[in-house]
Amino acid sequence: MERRAYYRNGWLPWLLIGPQLILVLVFFYWPTTQALYWAFTLEQPWGGGNTWVGLDNFLAIFRDREYWTTVVRSAFYAIVTTGLSMTVALTLAAFVDRSLKGTRFFQSVYVWPYAIAAPAAGVAFRFIFAPESGLIGSINAIWPGIWNPAINGFHALAMVIVCHAWLGIGYNFIFFLAALQMIPRSITEAGAMDGARPFQRLIDLQLPLIAPTAFFLLIMNLISSFTDSFGLIDVMTEGGPIGQTEVMVYKIYFDGFKGLDYSGAAAQSIVLMLLVIGLTFVQFKWVERRVHYN
Amino acid sequence: MAQITIKGVKKNYAKTAVIHGVDVNIEAGEFVVILGPSGCGKSTLLRMIAGLEDITEGEISISGKVVNKLEPRERGCAMVFQNYALYPHMTVRKNIGYALKVAKVPKPERDERVMKVAESVSLVPFLDRRPGELSGGQRQRVAMARAMVREPKVFLFDEPFSNLDAKLRVAMRSEVRRLHRDLGVTSVFVTHDQTEAMTLADKLIIMNAGRVEQIGKPTEVYNNPASRFVADFIGSPAMNLFEGEFDAEGQFMHGTGGRFRVEQLNGVRAPGSKVVLGVRPESIRRTGADTHGAFPAIVDYVEELGASRLIHADANGSRIIALDTDSAELLSGTPVHLALADNSLHLFSIEDGRRITH
Ligand SMILES: Nc1ncnc2c1ncn2[C@@H]1O[C@H](COP(=O)(O)OP(=O)(O)OP(=O)(O)O)[C@@H](O)[C@H]1O
Ligand SMILES: [Mg+2]
Repeated sequence: MERRAYYRNGWLPWLLIGPQLILVLVFFYWPTTQALYWAFTLEQPWGGGNTWVGLDNFLAIFRDREYWTTVVRSAFYAIVTTGLSMTVALTLAAFVDRSLKGTRFFQSVYVWPYAIAAPAAGVAFRFIFAPESGLIGSINAIWPGIWNPAINGFHALAMVIVCHAWLGIGYNFIFFLAALQMIPRSITEAGAMDGARPFQRLIDLQLPLIAPTAFFLLIMNLISSFTDSFGLIDVMTEGGPIGQTEVMVYKIYFDGFKGLDYSGAAAQSIVLMLLVIGLTFVQFKWVERRVHYN
Repeated sequence: MAQITIKGVKKNYAKTAVIHGVDVNIEAGEFVVILGPSGCGKSTLLRMIAGLEDITEGEISISGKVVNKLEPRERGCAMVFQNYALYPHMTVRKNIGYALKVAKVPKPERDERVMKVAESVSLVPFLDRRPGELSGGQRQRVAMARAMVREPKVFLFDEPFSNLDAKLRVAMRSEVRRLHRDLGVTSVFVTHDQTEAMTLADKLIIMNAGRVEQIGKPTEVYNNPASRFVADFIGSPAMNLFEGEFDAEGQFMHGTGGRFRVEQLNGVRAPGSKVVLGVRPESIRRTGADTHGAFPAIVDYVEELGASRLIHADANGSRIIALDTDSAELLSGTPVHLALADNSLHLFSIEDGRRITH
């Protein structure tokens, strides 16, 4: 069936799509164009506008040891955040799915964190993980120095990762729960009759059946870990201590706005953008070929 | 082989009671069929035996051991589900072998046992297909094979054939019978198809609204229904049931006007007290006008069954169904004479529907 609306006057449709169009143009296409411009040009040392430098900016960042450290750290950050968030969400969803009572309640409780702005959560977690107060504080009182994100880079990174993973749990939980509930009850019951314990049923029966959802979440989480980490890191560690929580997106900000190396930062952001486009592409490819069981 | 004892079992979902106290003994090696209308609690009872539902009250034991608190895997039952519940992402081979894999049976032995079971239900050509690539009947056989491969103490079937067409259903029925004869495993089979129940059961359990109405051999249940419900439920076409009373001369007066001579029931109940008289269609004969006990009726319409036919008739305001084997053509409106066979009249109390012995 053809679904098409006809408008008699020509300007009404434009008016309707206008706001969205302006948003996309102003906040996506314009910055992207700017980034592309900066990535392929260099400001002359003594002023006088930008000159075309081709791939020089990219070659420069690829030759930079520090950049690769950041890339590896970002990958680590993304993998651990995604793994942690998805594992916890799946565990919770599996439990809620097993005892349906109060499912509604858990659905809303677990999804709340998703509605919290990352920087706000960051501030909260800074207090939770503050070395001198709270639970961690008392542990530190017994073994001094066992936890101090302010000077230990690994602690700082762990703190940001835990916070980021926590923020994503609600989103992952909802998707996992919905997918689990789509599986006919009798399949897990058949598994129980076949002697499988709940954990084994999860691995052997439920996970394969929710694989499409899990894959979708995997990609979404990876993308989010690469791009949404900025707010958290800025609030919690500002990339520190000594750059040890600096991931790709934060380095873009730091090099560009603190170091005023616009061209380098722009090149980095193009790289990051290509990475996200790549992940999205994989996602679409998968959705096309996704296995359907009946 | 295992014996199953169900003692005073009740089931509540939240506040609503769905099983109100069931007592059943199932002997080792017996084939028991639970039959009842939709929603009467058959599946719930079966699932309580399986361990898929908690038992609110009472006790279920298998081989003399109380299983109330045991997980399904500790009870030694295998179940065949109504919608098959096959694992869609596994091949037939893996579906059948999953229980063995879980039980950590070594692979060579596992393959051998899967093959043996697959042979017995003719599934060998399909072992490497997924359930989605099978027909309904083949899926059904996979579900059976999956239950058989574990060599369980008890087989539980929850309306396993309800998604099959009539012909396949008959074929599967004899397959199940054969399996039970060969393996001799205690089996509990839930259905709401009475032909299936009658042909399969060693023992029939008739349930209604969360209660057991009658337990007995199929013929016993058919010939001596314990209640008005069973009388109405078992048998197709259903038994004729007339509410009415006896008069002093041994006649039964149906509330809507029909009068039947039933002298052999004289004295069972005082004249004037209300009862329900039950007569199976095959116990109503077409006779001549001068036969003792004959009463006139007008043919309403005739239902052809092939070898026989059902006469729907009106006897002075009472609707009657009679089974007729005579092939003479009967048109609507033809007057006929009918008579009740003496030896197969059933009486039920009008208050609680229980059988009145005579
Ligand atoms: N999870 C549940 N929560 C509340 N009530 C339930 C639940 N499961 C079943 N019931 C109720 O329990 C009663 C018995 O259900 P059950 O499934 O045992 O019926 P059944 O005899 O198997 O019927 P059918 O022949 O239609 O399968 C029904 O009235 C049903 O509504
Ligand atoms: Mg049922």
